[in-house]
Amino acid sequence: MPTFADISGQRPFSRVAEAQPDRVTMRLLVIEDDRDAADYLVKAFREVGHVADSAADGDDGLTMAAEGQYDVLIVDRMLPKRDGLSLIGALRGKGIGTPALILSALGQVDDRVKGLRAGGDDYLSKPYSFSELLARVEVLARRRVGRSEETVLRVGDLELDRLSHQVRRKDEEISLQPREFRLLEYLMQHAGQVVTRTMLLENVWDYHFDPQTNVIDVHISRLRSKIDKGFSQPLLHTIRGAGYMIRDGAR
Amino acid sequence: MTALGKLFRTTTFKLTLVYLTVFGLFAAFLLGYFALNTRRLITEQITDTVNAEITGLSEQYRQGGIRRLVIVVDARARRPGSSLYLVTTFAGEALAGNVTALPPGTLDNAGWTETVYKRLDEADAADHPEHHALVRVFQLPGGFRLLVGRDLDERERLYNIVLAAGRWSIAIVIVLGLAGGLFVTRRVLRRVDAMTETTRTIMRGDLGGRLPVAGTGDELDRLAENLNVMLERIEALMRGLKEVTDNIAHDLKTPLTRLRNRNEQALRTAKNESEYRAALESTIEESEGLIRTFNALLMIARAESGQARDDMSEFDAAEIARDVGELYEPLADEKGLALKVEADTPAPVIGNRELISQALANLVDNSIKYAGTTDGNVAGAAREVVVRALNEGDRILLTVTDCGPGIPERDRDRVVERFVRLEQSRSQPGSGLGLSLAAAVARLHGGELVLADNKPGLKSIIALPQRGPVQISG
Repeated sequence: MPTFADISGQRPFSRVAEAQPDRVTMRLLVIEDDRDAADYLVKAFREVGHVADSAADGDDGLTMAAEGQYDVLIVDRMLPKRDGLSLIGALRGKGIGTPALILSALGQVDDRVKGLRAGGDDYLSKPYSFSELLARVEVLARRRVGRSEETVLRVGDLELDRLSHQVRRKDEEISLQPREFRLLEYLMQHAGQVVTRTMLLENVWDYHFDPQTNVIDVHISRLRSKIDKGFSQPLLHTIRGAGYMIRDGAR
Repeated sequence: MTALGKLFRTTTFKLTLVYLTVFGLFAAFLLGYFALNTRRLITEQITDTVNAEITGLSEQYRQGGIRRLVIVVDARARRPGSSLYLVTTFAGEALAGNVTALPPGTLDNAGWTETVYKRLDEADAADHPEHHALVRVFQLPGGFRLLVGRDLDERERLYNIVLAAGRWSIAIVIVLGLAGGLFVTRRVLRRVDAMTETTRTIMRGDLGGRLPVAGTGDELDRLAENLNVMLERIEALMRGLKEVTDNIAHDLKTPLTRLRNRNEQALRTAKNESEYRAALESTIEESEGLIRTFNALLMIARAESGQARDDMSEFDAAEIARDVGELYEPLADEKGLALKVEADTPAPVIGNRELISQALANLVDNSIKYAGTTDGNVAGAAREVVVRALNEGDRILLTVTDCGPGIPERDRDRVVERFVRLEQSRSQPGSGLGLSLAAAVARLHGGELVLADNKPGLKSIIALPQRGPVQISG
């Protein structure tokens, strides 16, 4: 599990930030009634270079989300005045499609399904680690740019053809198992972004449970041995305390 | 409330009263109808005979005059029986007959009358009662009057017999009905009282009590049996809850204490930033473990409460076996084990895909963990873990076999309980909840988790009914 092993200095999340040189500043709205939790999130998001506001109840949250130009909303599921799901529903009803991540103490699969059906784009159950939340928020913000339609994904000299299911690095064909292909595809879709183990488990394997032993790490190390072994420049990086990232290290 | 009062308030007794009233009214109606009809029939007969006699006598009069009539009437009047005759002059003077003491004016009206009279031979005896009769007075030509009638005593006697029979039978119906009702009510009441008594002891907290079953297989027995099954389930749930609380108390308090101790120690002894940092890191690590344990507990509780039943669909268990096998294959490989999947034939099943995946994942994880240790594998045995999906009758089996140390037979029931970890496995990471969850998931689907000997090693089987959980019906 992620730990904050070698975080240095006054800005505890800066290490995560440093790992992403091409990070863009996002405008975030945290809708959470617990003041401490909201302050913590706003502060943490600001530390990694984003702009963050907060709202303490459902009605304020709805007004701010409807007026402000936010990239991602972080919505607590249980809020005073108007609960998180109906807030998202009202927003979608107004034609506002700002990606929303639901935070909830209810972490069961059917709660998640309810949340996503109500118009949420991702779901994270409490207690969560900030690095997990940050990674998911950044993926949501980036999804708007729409990288998923590209048929050929490229990171450095690594190339993945989604139609022919071929992977090459420096013109050298790499043969991957179907699941390894899905794993690499997901990582490359989010190149330059931190992808956590749970995100991989959810998106590549479609499992929403905790598989006790860290099976994902082993899959990653297999994939790494196929795409990075024998090349001087590694592309698949482990971000300690957060997850993994694929990026062109030469830049 | 008195015992009798209680008896009268029971449903059975009220029902008895209702039936009794209905039957009583029915019997009364039947007998009344019978009595009235008998009476009418007798009256009709009397009328017919009297009419015939009057016709006959007036014929005699027409042929032989008053003398002949008097002789005939006199002869007939002397015969014993209930026939009544009287011939009078216009002035009312009796010429022949056996009737006297008619109320005045009776003879003035021709036609039918019901009247009282005395027989001529009893006229002097004052103690003789008056008789009732139905008579017809007929005006003969020449001013004579002819009275022919029948004594009604017979009719009244018959009528009274029928009425008496009716009264008696109604009385008997009521007495028998009440007695029967009381008997049945008391019997039912006794059994209900016994049940109530048992429920009271159960409510006082003794969940071990069971309702008495008489063994007659009637509706009360069926009710008692079903309630007993329910009590069994409640008791099991309560036991589970108690176990969980005890276990939570132990297995969550231990890491919490450790966490707190470490933080206090850091506050007391840490000299520089890096030592504080190390303490904070270990705090986060420890809380991660707590969160995992907590999530696993919630998951088990959810599976056991049956909430997840709403979330079921049909899917192929063989596919789950392949997916889970694929997920764990690299991990097994890293531990020097070969993970094989034998799931070629589709094994359709209705259930919660996510939960079954997790249950199977837990079993695979378990096998890899214990068979994967260097000293875990039995010498000479194949270093492999095999995941299978099989169709067996109306069940599908998801099995995981390894050649590790296995679980001694005496411990197999125990390891399924929450937080139970065998002594030799304490060194391995894990919450002790993996098998509990697998067992809870199997039970949720109406199936079971079986741990068996793989000779050598462990064979864990999740057996699920193909049609999904079937509600138990009475």
